[in-house]
Amino acid sequence: MLASGVMGVSGASLKYVSENGAGAVVSKSIGPEERKGHPNPVLAEFKGGFLNAVGLPNAGVENSLGELEFAQKNASCPVIVSVFGGSKDEFVDVAVKANSIGPPMIELDLSCPNTEVDFGKPFATSCDDAAYIIREIKQRISTPIMAKLAPNVPNLAEIAKACEDAGADAISAVNTMPGMLIDIETKKPVLYNKSGGVSGPALHPIAVKCVYDISRTVKIPVVGIGGVTTGKDALQMMMAGATAVQIGTAIYYRGIDVFRQVCEEMETYLKENNYSSINEIIGAAH
Amino acid sequence: MEYPKMVTVDRVEDEAAGIKNIFFKHDLQAKPGQFVMAWLPDMDEKPFAVGFQTAEEFGLTVSAVGPFSNTFSQVKPGDRVGIRGPYGTGYKLEGKKLVMVGGGYGTASLALLADHALQQGCEITFIVGARSKDLLVYTERIKQMGCTLITTTNDGSEGMQGFTTDALEKLLSEQTVDKVFSCGPEKMLLKVAEVCNGKVSCEVSLERYMKCGFGICGHCCVDPIGIRLCVEGPVVPGETALKITELGNYHRVQSSRKETL
Ligand SMILES: Cc1cc2nc3c(=O)[nH]c(=O)nc-3n(C[C@H](O)[C@H](O)[C@H](O)COP(=O)(O)OP(=O)(O)OC[C@H]3O[C@@H](n4cnc5c(N)ncnc54)[C@H](O)[C@@H]3O)c2cc1C
Ligand SMILES: Cc1cc2nc3c(=O)[nH]c(=O)nc-3n(C[C@H](O)[C@H](O)[C@H](O)COP(=O)(O)O)c2cc1C
Ligand code: FES
Repeated sequence: MLASGVMGVSGASLKYVSENGAGAVVSKSIGPEERKGHPNPVLAEFKGGFLNAVGLPNAGVENSLGELEFAQKNASCPVIVSVFGGSKDEFVDVAVKANSIGPPMIELDLSCPNTEVDFGKPFATSCDDAAYIIREIKQRISTPIMAKLAPNVPNLAEIAKACEDAGADAISAVNTMPGMLIDIETKKPVLYNKSGGVSGPALHPIAVKCVYDISRTVKIPVVGIGGVTTGKDALQMMMAGATAVQIGTAIYYRGIDVFRQVCEEMETYLKENNYSSINEIIGAAH
Repeated sequence: MEYPKMVTVDRVEDEAAGIKNIFFKHDLQAKPGQFVMAWLPDMDEKPFAVGFQTAEEFGLTVSAVGPFSNTFSQVKPGDRVGIRGPYGTGYKLEGKKLVMVGGGYGTASLALLADHALQQGCEITFIVGARSKDLLVYTERIKQMGCTLITTTNDGSEGMQGFTTDALEKLLSEQTVDKVFSCGPEKMLLKVAEVCNGKVSCEVSLERYMKCGFGICGHCCVDPIGIRLCVEGPVVPGETALKITELGNYHRVQSSRKETL
C-alpha cells in the first residue's frame, strides 16, 4: 500500500496511485486546521535515500473531507485516512471528524519527526500518550485503528504493546528517522526546517528490525514501512513479521507503478521457491 | 542527485516592466519546456521554466508577482542561486509547420523551443499577445530567429486587436498546421486546447504549486485525473488539458487547500 504523505495530498492523487497497483492507499496526514507546511526545500536526496521536512501541510480536516470522499468513490482500492493532532484531544477530535466519511481504517500518525517546534515530542515516544489517544478514539468510533510508530525510541516494542492493549487494531512501523544534511557551500542545513526525516533504502534495515521486534511482542497485524523498493525488500519485511507493507520513497526510484512491480516480484519469488501462499513467509525469520 | 547545485548569476537583463531574464553559466542540458527549481537559501525554492539555453549557459525569465519572485528579480551578477533539475516533460516536436502561442513570461520557453525547431528546418508562426504594446515580450528575439511574428493586443495598440486565440483561429482557418504549442495564462491555454481539439495536434504547458518537482510530494496533482504536473507535465497534450477540470476554475495553495482562480 501507499505510505502516508507521499503523493496522497488530494483525492485525485490517491486515485492515480490506486490505478498503479497499490492494494490500499493512505492519505496524507490530516490535522485539525489548515497548515501551509514548511517552505522549500522540503526534500533532499543523499546516497542512501531522502531527507524530508514537508511540515504536515494539509487543508485541515473540514476542507479535506471532500478530497477523501472523492478518493473513496473513485480509487480502485481501500482508502485509509491518516490523521494527526497537536494535542491528544485534538488527535481524537480529528479522528472522529475524519470518520464521518466512513473510511475502512484510520492510521494515527503518532510519529511525525518534523513538527517538534510546533507540537513538541511525537506522541509515539510515550506509552501513556499513545494509549490515551487510542482508548479515547476507540470509545467513540468502531472503525479499525492503526497506530503508526517512530523508529527512534528505545522501547518500541513496549509502545506497540501499549497501543495493542489500548485497543489498536494494527501497528504500522516505521515513520522516518530524524536526520540532517548540511550544504557545505552555504554552511546551512539544506532543508528549510533544518532537520528532517530519513526515508528510503537507508531506513530499510532499521525498519526491518523494528518490525521484527514489534511482531514478537504484539498479536495484532504489523504493517512494515521503510525503504521498501523491491519485491525482495517487501519479503524481508514480511519475514520479519509484517502482514503488509507500505511504500513511499520508492515511487521516486521506480516510478508510480512501483506497487505493481513489487507485487510481481514477490509473486515470482514465491512461485520460484514453491510457496503456496504468502502466509508461509510471514514471520518466517523468527 | 536531487539536491540544489549552487550556480553563479552571470547577468540580468530587463525584458519588460517586472520581467527579468537571469542568466547562469552552467550547462543545464534541459529540453525546451522543462523547468528547474531555483533556491534562494533561507527563503524558499520555486519552479521556473528554462527560457534560454546554450552549451555554456541557461537563462530563466522571472516575472515579479510575489515575495519570492520579487527577491529573485533583484539578484545581481556574482550572486549564488541553488538549482535543481531540469524536471518534467518537454515539448515534443512533430511535423514541419508549427505555431507557437505565447502570453507573458510563458513566451520564453516557447522561444527556446522555436530555436530548436528552426535548427531542424521547421517553419514557425509565433503569436505573441499582451494587454497592450508595452507589455509585449520577446518580439525582437522571435523576429531575429526567423519566425513569422503575429502580435495581438487587447487594446489594439500594436498588431491585431484581440486575443492570441483569435489570431490562432484565423490562422488555422487559412492554413494547414502540423502542431500548435502554447504557454502562458491558464485561460489562454484552455482556449488554445479547445480551438485545436479534434483539428490539430497541440501541447500546452501548465502550472500548479510545486514542492519537490520530482513526483514524490503529490502537491502538483490535478483533478480529476491525478497526474503529477512535475513529472507527467508541465507540458501535456491539449486533450489531456481538457480532461483537467480544475483548469481555469481553481488551484491548490501551499497547504493544499483549493482556491478559486
Ligand atoms: C512548471 C512551472 C514553470 C514556471 N515558470 C515560470 C517562469 O518561467 N517565470 C516565472 O516568473 N514564473 C514561473 N512559474 C511560476 C512561479 O514559480 C511563481 O510565480 C512563483 O513561484 C511565485 O512565487 P512568489 O512568492 O513570488 O509569489 P506568491 O505570491 O507566493 O504566488 C503568486 C502565484 O504563484 C503561484 N506559486 C507560488 N509558489 C509556487 C510554487 N512553489 N509552485 C508553483 N506556483 C507557485 C501561486 O499559487 C500564485 O498563483 C512557473 C511555475 C511552474 C509550476
Ligand atoms: C515527503 C514525505 C512526506 C511524508 N509525510 C508523512 C505524513 O504526512 N504522515 C505520515 O505518517 N508519514 C509521512 N511520511 C513517512 C512515510 O509515510 C513513511 O513512513 C516513510 O517515508 C518511510 O517509508 P519509505 O522509505 O517507503 O518512504 C512522509 C514521508 C515522505 C518522504
Ligand atoms: S511537485 Fe511534488 S509531486 Fe509534483
